[in-house]
Amino acid sequence: MDRLFFEQLAMPLFDQLYNHACWLTGDRADAEDLVQETYAKALKGFGSFAEGTNLRAWMFRILRNAFLNSRSGLKQKTSYLEDEETGADEAVTHDVTPEALLLATESQEMVFSALEKLPVAHREIILLCDVDEMSYREIAEVLDVPPGTVMSRLARARRNLRAALGAKEAVR
Amino acid sequence: MTACSQDRNALAAYLDGGLAADQARSLEAHLRGCPECAAEVAAQVKLRRAMKPAATRFAPSAEFRRKVQGQISSKRNMGFRWMWPATVAALAVMVLAVVWTRQSVARNGAFREVADLHVSDMASANPYDVVSSDRHTVKPWFQGKIPFAFNLPEFAGSEFTLLGARLVYLHQQAAAQLVVGAGKHRISVMVVQDNAGFGMGLPFAGGVSVRDSFNVETWEKNGLRFYVIGDAEQGTIHRLAQALQGVNG
Repeated sequence: MDRLFFEQLAMPLFDQLYNHACWLTGDRADAEDLVQETYAKALKGFGSFAEGTNLRAWMFRILRNAFLNSRSGLKQKTSYLEDEETGADEAVTHDVTPEALLLATESQEMVFSALEKLPVAHREIILLCDVDEMSYREIAEVLDVPPGTVMSRLARARRNLRAALGAKEAVR
Repeated sequence: MTACSQDRNALAAYLDGGLAADQARSLEAHLRGCPECAAEVAAQVKLRRAMKPAATRFAPSAEFRRKVQGQISSKRNMGFRWMWPATVAALAVMVLAVVWTRQSVARNGAFREVADLHVSDMASANPYDVVSSDRHTVKPWFQGKIPFAFNLPEFAGSEFTLLGARLVYLHQQAAAQLVVGAGKHRISVMVVQDNAGFGMGLPFAGGVSVRDSFNVETWEKNGLRFYVIGDAEQGTIHRLAQALQGVNG
């Protein structure tokens, strides 16, 4: 019966998890591996999953750990280390005015490609917040970090994205 | 460079819904008086909106969905290749898991229909035609929709809650389906006219039987056939059945 229960709860997250996996890996085959692994692990661990807690955050977390341990994830791990060190670019990115930002967002392609080029730690947190519409608390659960870290990392990620969009605008 | 000293991260946190109510209020007050910050918020809102389509940029193939679904649902389905659209496949696999034992097709036919209805209802996002915990609302709702009447016990104060009801077709007839909650479990009660005598071949004479991990109890009374089906434990199913028998004597 547990299987049926798990299926009913977990399958509605399928599209969301797959989309997120594609954004993380940039490759559909890798994403399929990740999603498959995520469901296998989640089913196995479902017995220990406490009812009433957040299944979505729990499954995103399993997906993320699977990603970090995968080949494509290992390559990107440095991006998490870098994330904590940067921040010096703040002054530069503040030059990207709201007007420039408005212009840059006119093009869907531009926004997507700027997002794609972000370091994975930044891409991930922006997706969780803006696309999957998770609360800071939920994101903290997925990333396994304190909520304070969510806010600071998110701020860096947004600056980074903004700089990328601003730079494109300047080139155009 | 911005002349306003307002922290841009606070603007972002405001849009994320990450500010406390009083902080949000004072920021809103500031926004009304500061065109610079208002422009910044507008730009950030637009950026977020431009990001939304990222949510559906990559869609899994129906084939991949079936593959994962097959892996997590009961092992017994593994050999089957379902060529249904993905949404139907989700349902079909569950129903298949329930109705696997088919030494006697005729005998299981009746049960299959009941289980099918129960499972499809559990899987539905919009499971009820009438949503009410009040038996005095639910019972009259069926008037004119089904060619018979039945009684509902008072659930208040019991372990059961009435969640809602819907009109279904069972054995080619209009039937009433009630969904009753017991803890985290949802139990379906199906009531239909028994004029075809299809209860004859049913594998369960009295009490609760276990059918592929569902517990089900069925009986016939005054021309009506009742089914109580769900994944709750046998004792619970039986108590609900008794409560129904008590008012439909």
